[in-house]
Amino acid sequence: MFYREAGDFSTTYPEDSQTFPIRFDRYRYYLVLAIAIFVIPFMINDYWLNAVFLPFLIYTIAAIGLNILVGYCGQVSLGTGGFMAVGAYACYKLMTSFPEVSMLIHVLISGLITAGVGVLFGLPSLRIKGFYLAVATLAAQFFLVWLFNRVPWFYNYSASGQISAPERTVFGIEVTGPNTEAWATYLFCLFFVILCAVIARNLTRGAFGRKWMAIRDMDIAAEIIGVNPLMAKLSAFAVSSFFIGISGALFFAIYLGAVEVGEAFGITKSFTVLFMIIIGGLGSIFGSFAGAAFLVVLPVALKLVGVDWLGWPTDIVAHLQLVIVGALIIIFLIAEPHGLAQLWRVAKEKLRLWPFPH
Amino acid sequence: MPTDLLYGAEVVLNGLMSGVLYALVALGFVLIYKASGIFNFAQGVMALFAALTLVGIMEGQVPFSHLINAAFGTDIHHFGWHVPAVAAILLTLVVMVGFAYLVQRFVFRHLVGQEPIILFMATIGLAYFLEGMGDLMWGSEIKTLAVGLPQGGSIWVEENTQWMGFGNEDFYGFFIDKLDMVATVIAAILVLALIAFSQYTKQGRAMRAVADDHQAALSVGVSLNFIWILVWSLAGFVALVAGIMWGAKSGVQFSLSLIALKALPVLMLGGFTSIPGAIVGGLIIGVGEKLFEFSFGPMLGGATENWFAYVLALIFLVFRPQGLFGEKIIERV
Repeated sequence: MFYREAGDFSTTYPEDSQTFPIRFDRYRYYLVLAIAIFVIPFMINDYWLNAVFLPFLIYTIAAIGLNILVGYCGQVSLGTGGFMAVGAYACYKLMTSFPEVSMLIHVLISGLITAGVGVLFGLPSLRIKGFYLAVATLAAQFFLVWLFNRVPWFYNYSASGQISAPERTVFGIEVTGPNTEAWATYLFCLFFVILCAVIARNLTRGAFGRKWMAIRDMDIAAEIIGVNPLMAKLSAFAVSSFFIGISGALFFAIYLGAVEVGEAFGITKSFTVLFMIIIGGLGSIFGSFAGAAFLVVLPVALKLVGVDWLGWPTDIVAHLQLVIVGALIIIFLIAEPHGLAQLWRVAKEKLRLWPFPH
Repeated sequence: MPTDLLYGAEVVLNGLMSGVLYALVALGFVLIYKASGIFNFAQGVMALFAALTLVGIMEGQVPFSHLINAAFGTDIHHFGWHVPAVAAILLTLVVMVGFAYLVQRFVFRHLVGQEPIILFMATIGLAYFLEGMGDLMWGSEIKTLAVGLPQGGSIWVEENTQWMGFGNEDFYGFFIDKLDMVATVIAAILVLALIAFSQYTKQGRAMRAVADDHQAALSVGVSLNFIWILVWSLAGFVALVAGIMWGAKSGVQFSLSLIALKALPVLMLGGFTSIPGAIVGGLIIGVGEKLFEFSFGPMLGGATENWFAYVLALIFLVFRPQGLFGEKIIERV
């Protein structure tokens, strides 16, 4: 990887410790941000919003969260679906209890509540490691889903057992409920994606990130050189669950609108997000974006090819999708364990030298 | 005897029997984990795939018929013959051995020396692949598996335990599923056979040598490749037995693959590396979750079976991180 480039001089300390030290990367980042904020909201329509952009943005937040836990701190978790459900139900309770408060606050507080729950379920990680921990997080997954299914207080005693988002606003603009504008929900989610990505990027390259990575590489060695494993592991669980909670809240309130917990936040959700970070790249923020984009676009593309062009029945295409996703996971793990992010990195390096490699 | 106690005893008995079925799935995990250090998440899907294949062969279904019909506009479904159960089971076994070879050749040979967690994720990928493949090959509708196993409650047991009520009108004797009884016997035979195989045959000893130390086993001339194929085949065989049992019980459908999730807490409780651990863990979980549902389920809103096993295993692990019978975890820097 290129950390610095010839001719790209930093003359002050703030310049030297920027998030993107290479000028080219920085400009590309600004360009992507500008397009995402100033161009897409004017072009977006409901189909693109619901088929691609909303799931992409929301899954990206979840993937960043899980990547902090799995990719940076090395604690494999299969409880993502359960934590997303915590975010969703926290958001629902807040929305119905305090209708006049802005959605921004609700979503952030849902994230904080999920962080608390995450820490609680992260406590066993101090004793349990590796597979045992992965299986132990399944306890969170099944217990939380059961809890939201069975305790009527969480779904306000509604007859169907479902929760559905009432109409709520941000600065007077509706972002939930049936009468929303495409650009409003898009920008609302985009705000959280940018917020989470910036927080995650800066945490992972600072003291916290280094502690997490030390724990990931070998926790006993890390403990000996002075990393407090309690703090490091629990902070990773807290930050990760915070992001996952935000993503769960958005998934329920903005994207789906009405949720049945076993269906929306079941074990498949945990695996989907895990696959995103494997395909995208463990231990990479860009990888979270790439993985989420890939797994969101793949079913849409497959459906387009299989159902609309070839005219196959939808169930065959759905099965084919399972086969392809499974095969891709294996291929990625064999060929490139660091995922799309590493491919992108290698491609950049190759292109930089091309066409004169010597 | 009070009726509640008798009902409790019946719950315990049924719990023991379902515990045996959990143990059966858990066995497949332990076999692969011991020999190759791979935590095989695909074990449940392998059971589903084996059961699907068995039904497909017995009914004479054309593999991939849906896909072929969709792609070429043809209309084929069945070859039009029926294969007897025993022959179909043998054929399925051949398929599972072939599958073991393919997995070894195309997946795990390329992942030798990777971290265990990477291997674990590869098996999750494998599980998805196999699930989609099973559906593509044999269709995804619910099938009944009729290999001639007895069904329904055993009247004999009911009649012969009625005296325990001592004239209590509410008690009609223990209700025990015949299938569960057969499953218990088969599981016991299977475990004994596996233990005998690993203790007294040449291949079994080689298998244990590989489990102990890959390098040392290689240096005395044990073929790792062969042993791993053997182990995956054995796991496929166990999956087939589990698939037949569960398939006969509740039909061959997607939910069959979820028994893998039930087997995970069993493993955690018993330890990943111990065959007796899998059995004892299975029994504890089976009895525990049935008893918990029986005594606290109505109070908590029911369906506690979904999570009880996990929470039990989680609490247990905090005190004993390697499980009941697992090898002590020693870490060095």
